[in-house]
Amino acid sequence: MSKRSIVPFGPQHPVLPEPIHLDLVLEDEKVVQAVPSIGFVHRGLEKLVEKKDYQEYVYVAERICGICSFMHGMGYCEAVERIMNIEIPDRAKFLRVIWAEMSRIHSHLLWLGLTADAFGFESLFMESWKMREKILDMFEYSTGGRVIFSVNKIGGQRKDMDDDMIKMFVKLFGEMESDLRELTNTFLQDYSVNTRLRDVGFLTKEQAHDLGAVGPMMRASGISLDTRKMGYAAYPEIKFEPVTSNVGDSYARVDVRIKEIFQSIDIIRQAAKKIPAGTVDVPVKGMPDGEFMMRVEQPRGEAVYYVKANGTKFLDRVRVRTPTFANLPALLETLKGCQLADVPILILTIDPCISCTER
Amino acid sequence: MQDNNQLKIIDPNTLVPTALEMKNSGYRLVQICATRTEGGYELTYSFAKGYRLKNLRFEIAEETEIMSVSNIFEPAFLYENEIHDLFGIKINLIKIDYNGTLYKTAKETPFK
Amino acid sequence: MTIMKFTKSVIKNLFSKPATRVYPQEKRIYPERTRGHVDIDIDTCIFCGMCQRKCPTGAIQVDRNEKTWTIQRFSCIQCSSCADNCPKKCLKMGNSYPEPSASQTVDIYQKKEETALKAAE
Repeated sequence: MSKRSIVPFGPQHPVLPEPIHLDLVLEDEKVVQAVPSIGFVHRGLEKLVEKKDYQEYVYVAERICGICSFMHGMGYCEAVERIMNIEIPDRAKFLRVIWAEMSRIHSHLLWLGLTADAFGFESLFMESWKMREKILDMFEYSTGGRVIFSVNKIGGQRKDMDDDMIKMFVKLFGEMESDLRELTNTFLQDYSVNTRLRDVGFLTKEQAHDLGAVGPMMRASGISLDTRKMGYAAYPEIKFEPVTSNVGDSYARVDVRIKEIFQSIDIIRQAAKKIPAGTVDVPVKGMPDGEFMMRVEQPRGEAVYYVKANGTKFLDRVRVRTPTFANLPALLETLKGCQLADVPILILTIDPCISCTER
Repeated sequence: MQDNNQLKIIDPNTLVPTALEMKNSGYRLVQICATRTEGGYELTYSFAKGYRLKNLRFEIAEETEIMSVSNIFEPAFLYENEIHDLFGIKINLIKIDYNGTLYKTAKETPFK
Repeated sequence: MTIMKFTKSVIKNLFSKPATRVYPQEKRIYPERTRGHVDIDIDTCIFCGMCQRKCPTGAIQVDRNEKTWTIQRFSCIQCSSCADNCPKKCLKMGNSYPEPSASQTVDIYQKKEETALKAAE
C-alpha cells in the first residue's frame, strides 16, 4: 500500500464558484475516500417563517436558489394550497408546467455550459450559455424577471401569458431545437469530450437507490422515477416518460440531461396545445391549519417541502430538502477510486447547487 | 398527509429496529426533519419506495438522546448532523460525526 | 465519436452577428413586463398605507400626516407586491433598474397641497 495523503478541495475552486469543501484521501493519484463539508454560507431561510407570514414566505422560498427559483416558489405554494384545500384554476396549472419546464431547460443548459468549462472547453461553454440567454429573455418577457420571477402565489399565478405569447414561445423553441441538436451532438459525439466523460464515476443502480440519489443522477443509473409522475400542477394531463440510462457513468448523466431538454420542449408544446382559457387565480380565505409533505421534481432532482401550519398566519415549520443535499452521499461514492484530476468534473455531474443546500 | 403518504407514530426506542425493517423491505431514506414543539422536538423520518412515502414520527423531550440510523441508511449522517447543529438534539453513534461543525453558524443551535 | 465535431458551430459563429450587444453605446430595450423599480403617481395616492403593509422587506414608508411616500431603493426586491395591492393603482413597476450607487438611496415623494398650489399661482 502506498502512502496516503489528504488533499483539500474547495471551498474556493476554479470550477465551482459555490462553497463546498471536500477532504480527499489519496493513494498516489487515486481517491480512496472523500469527506464533505458544507455550511459555509448557511442562511437560515427556514427560520424566517417566524418573521414572514405564509403569503410573504413565497418571496423567501423563491430566493432559496437562483436557478430553480420558480420551482421553489411553486413547491411551497402547492404544499400550502393542499393544506388549505385550494383548487387552483386549470390555466394556472398549465402556466406552472410551462414555466417549470422552461426553468428546467435553462438549468440544464447552464449545467452543460459549466461542465464544458470544467473540462476546459471554453467555446462550448459560451455556446451553451448563448442558448440559455434566449430562455432568460423569454422569462423576462413573460414574467418581468430574469432570475426571480415572482409569478407564484398561493391560489394561482400572479401573471398570465396571452395566447400569442405562448405561440411565440413554442415557435422560438422550435427554432432553437436545431441549434440545440447541434450543440448537444458536440457533447455526445466529440472525441475530446467523450474521453473526459466516459467510464468515470460509476454509480450502480443499487448504490443509487441505497444512497438516496435523486433526479438525473438517479435516472442515469437506471432507476425510472420522476416525481412529476406523482401529479402536481398539470402534469397528470401531459404524456411523458422518465428519461433513463443504464450505464451510470458521467457520460450517461450528460446524456440523460440532454434528452430531458428535448423532453421539456415537447412538454411545453403539449401544454401549449391543451391550455384552457380562464382566470389564473382564486381568492384565498382563512389561515392554513395542518401539515403536508410535497415532492416536486426540480432540474436537479426531487425536492421535498414539509409545511406545518397551526391556524395562524405564521407557519410552525417549513423544511426544504433540496436535491443537492440528497445527492451528496452518491457523489462521495462516485469519487471513490477515481483520479484526482477527475474530481472537479465528477462534482459537476451531480449538478451541485450549494445555494439550495445552504438554504 | 399526501395521497400516497403514510404517517406512523412510533416509540422513540423502537426507531432503529423499525428503520431496519424498512431497509429490509426495500425502502430508502428521503429526509429527516425536526420540528420544535413546546418543551421538545418532533422528528419525522421519511422513507420512499417508488412513489410511495412512509413517514415515521415520534416526539422527544429536550434533553433526550436518540440513536442514529446512519449505520442502516448511509445518507442519514448528513441529516443527523444537520439536526444536531441546528436544533441541538443529541444523536449517538453517527457514522461520520462532525461534532457540531457541519454548519458554521454565528449562533450555536439557531433553530433551538 | 468524431474529432472536430465543434468546427461547424465555429464556422457558423465566424460569419454571424455577435450574440452580445455593444453595451454602453447600445442601450438595452426592456420588455414591457420588466420589473425594474417602483414608480408612484403621487397625486392620485391617498396614503392608505396598503403598500407599506404588503411590502415583504419593509422598504416603503407612508406618512399620512406629512403626505409623503418614502421608498428605500436598495431594500426593494421588485416583487411588485405593492403595485398589485394598491387600491388607487397609482403604483406601477417601471422598466429600468435603479442605478448602482456607493450608498443606499432613499427616495421621498411629497404630495403638494392643493391650497399651497393655488397660493403659488
